[in-house]
Amino acid sequence: MMNPTMQKEGSRSEGRLLCAILIVSICLTLAPVARLFVEGVTDQGTFGFTLAGKVLAQPSTMSALKHSLITASLGTIVSLVLGAAFAFLVALTNLRAKAALVFCLMIPMMIPPQITALSWTQIMGPSSVLLKTLGLAPPLGSPQPLYSVEGIILLLGIQHMSIIFLTLRAGLRAIPQETVEAARISGARGLRTWWQVILPLTLPSLAAGTAITFVTALGNFGIPAMLGIPAGYVTLPTLVYQKLAGLGTSVLAEVSVLAMLIGAVAVIGILAQRFFQTRQRIYLVGSTSRPLAIPLGAARLPVEILLWAIVGIILVLPMFGLLATSLVPAYGVPLRFDTVTLASWVEVLLRQPVTARAFVNSFGLAFGAALVLMILCLPLAWLMERSPTRLSRIFDSLLDLPYALPGVVLSIAMILLLINLPFTEATLYGTIWIIFFAYLARFFAVMFRPLQASLKQLDPAMGEAAQSVGATLFQRLRDVIIPLSAPAAAAGAILVFLTAFNELTVSALLWSSGTETLGVVIFNLDDSGETAMASALAMTIVMVVMLLMVLVQLLSRRFPKGVVPWQT
Amino acid sequence: MADITLTSVGKTFSGTPAVQDISTRFEDGEFIALLGPSGCGKTTLLRLLAGFEVPSQGTIRIGDRDIANGDTGKMIPPENRNMGFVFQSYALWPHMTVRRNVSYPLEIRGFSKAEIASQTDAALTATGLGTYAERMPSELSGGQRQRVALARCLVSDPDAVLLDEPLANLDVALRASMQTVFTDFHKRTCATMVYVTHDQAEAMAMADRIAVMDNGRIQQFDTPQNLYERPKNRFVAEFVGLGTVVPMRGVEKNETSAHGHVLGRRIAINSTHECPSHVCLRPENLTISETGDLRAKVARVTYLGGKYLLETVSECGTRLLAETRAKFEVGVQLGLTITTPWAFYED
Repeated sequence: MMNPTMQKEGSRSEGRLLCAILIVSICLTLAPVARLFVEGVTDQGTFGFTLAGKVLAQPSTMSALKHSLITASLGTIVSLVLGAAFAFLVALTNLRAKAALVFCLMIPMMIPPQITALSWTQIMGPSSVLLKTLGLAPPLGSPQPLYSVEGIILLLGIQHMSIIFLTLRAGLRAIPQETVEAARISGARGLRTWWQVILPLTLPSLAAGTAITFVTALGNFGIPAMLGIPAGYVTLPTLVYQKLAGLGTSVLAEVSVLAMLIGAVAVIGILAQRFFQTRQRIYLVGSTSRPLAIPLGAARLPVEILLWAIVGIILVLPMFGLLATSLVPAYGVPLRFDTVTLASWVEVLLRQPVTARAFVNSFGLAFGAALVLMILCLPLAWLMERSPTRLSRIFDSLLDLPYALPGVVLSIAMILLLINLPFTEATLYGTIWIIFFAYLARFFAVMFRPLQASLKQLDPAMGEAAQSVGATLFQRLRDVIIPLSAPAAAAGAILVFLTAFNELTVSALLWSSGTETLGVVIFNLDDSGETAMASALAMTIVMVVMLLMVLVQLLSRRFPKGVVPWQT
Repeated sequence: MADITLTSVGKTFSGTPAVQDISTRFEDGEFIALLGPSGCGKTTLLRLLAGFEVPSQGTIRIGDRDIANGDTGKMIPPENRNMGFVFQSYALWPHMTVRRNVSYPLEIRGFSKAEIASQTDAALTATGLGTYAERMPSELSGGQRQRVALARCLVSDPDAVLLDEPLANLDVALRASMQTVFTDFHKRTCATMVYVTHDQAEAMAMADRIAVMDNGRIQQFDTPQNLYERPKNRFVAEFVGLGTVVPMRGVEKNETSAHGHVLGRRIAINSTHECPSHVCLRPENLTISETGDLRAKVARVTYLGGKYLLETVSECGTRLLAETRAKFEVGVQLGLTITTPWAFYED
């Protein structure tokens, strides 16, 4: 029996631990954002907007802002059309093989954008190995059609259609079946049910999905970098990248203003998403036990063929292009039985020291980030659920910010925060640690949200039962909470690993020689014309991604609802 | 010593009082039931005793030691109180076997392997779970799960056992047999037990004393018999058992007997109050006879098995409940006689 002394409630072990972890988490996630904000409203140490005004007045800023808004908004419309069509058909009708369709539709989101861009350029243009092999290639010298504003819009649209698909599908699944049945028994038939009952109920989730897609498209770096830079079409993220890569940290103050500009546009989008999400919650009450399955009748087979054809075009075809390019001895040679070779694979995977280094770096960063975030988020999510404080509620509403804000914004914030460590001469800029801390900030929400979803469903009596038989906070965490939330923690860790392993936007601004990540290496290989090697490396990464996704899928039966993001 | 003393205990959740000004004492070894409608504060009171909530006012003592003080905000955390808690949802840890669920409290207390094994076996046998020791909780039925929860509670020899509607999730037949398990358990261990329920039959069947709660306050804390026969106020009279509360005028009281005017008739009453204002008319207080001077019309007949419950409406519109072995049709006129009902005072 422990020494039974009276304790002040606020100083109980739970409160102390929550406080400690909360402070660490806030330093990791919100401090960079706060630091960037301070930079934006000060001018060489004093409060003012002179520099901001100067940067904003430059024609390059204005044109990049215009380009960003054009590509992000039109790309969002492409995502909206594709994602909404798929979501309505999958969630509402009696299509077959829905699970396979959903899994395939998730892949575009998990494949990093620079690989999407690379794979699409391999099925178009005069030097496409696939087109050459089929004898369909346009004559040499004709332009690559994707190096254009239309190309950027199309690929942004495809890359982010999964976001619309997922949010809308979640919204549709929250509609109680009775609502639709009531409409049908009242005599509404066919499209009338859809137009007058289903659509109005899903508008909030559609709007929320659109807003967050816009923010993600705005922050996308891989696609406008791979397609826009060759075409001389510069968006805000690529402008920041070009300035920082060309002139180094001397332009830090200037790019901070640009980052603030992207951040400001993004925050408007995030606020819009929040607004629509709260609207959604007010609407829907009722049982959602059975999913809707409106019969399509004779149209079912044609619709299924059409959907799978679209999946084939946006997913399988580019992968074939990538594969074909990776198997030829030199870029531009057609693929035949006598030209097929694994030379690029061997070269990039086994010989190039930079790739080996990048593998080690990316693996270490992704694994380390997943591990640290798991250790941090598990007790935090439980304590925030069990004994929330005012500070923890505020943190709960802000912790998505580093993930939702464009990666360029977070990178600049990280540089500002870590270029001069307080009270020392040391700097983390140029070391691998700045990328690591940036990953911790960026992927905090990816780890935290699945855990939170799982712990919300955990009976609070589980912990209380252990407490009533005398288990201390540590014993309760070790023996009850951690084992019970382990599946969710594993899912979160795999998701963090998956996203961090492929990440380009953050590391593109933070890498230096020796700290390259896989995303950076693919980008640089393609930039220097080594397309075959870039393709081989990209194929490898695609395979790793698919493998991990299949792993999550196989484990998903053991997860509580809401843990696996594509199984909402 | 495990008598529990509460002094002016109150608990407020974001401005709304859940439990107000409770001062009472649970004796060592007593089986107490906290009875009341949902939202009356009975579960909050139990969670205050367990330490899952801190009182906003007042103090709670076990024996001669303070365990919670609402005025200083200090408390002994639940893990240091040596109390057992049985949850409505059982709260068995789904990742542990039955044996590990039961032995966990001993592991926490740092017992030796041999002691853990022997005490766990004893607890499993006492609850009739010996053959289920290696099963997972998901492989058990509701009643078996409840017994695991009880065994987990019993194994660490707690000063007091707190039970939060432990039978609410079980079917009627299982409830009866689990009630026997609880009373046997209480007889054997002589532990102080506090049992929360909204089912009065359950409370009556098991408890030594019942605290009837409403609006965060204890309305009456008494033996089951007294609660039924001598309710203190209208809430207790109407909540416990069947019956109708009717106002009374013109009370005359002397050394040996008391009379009052109820529904226009002068009848003998039973009361401890100087000047009671209401009577509680239970079915036992009403006799059906052709000559009964209180005329009433049958409004509804419910068969209770072996007897009928008659809901009648008197001439002045008061609903009266009577029991009979003979069947009456709806609409029939009856005569009723009232025999010495319990009377109490209410503002």
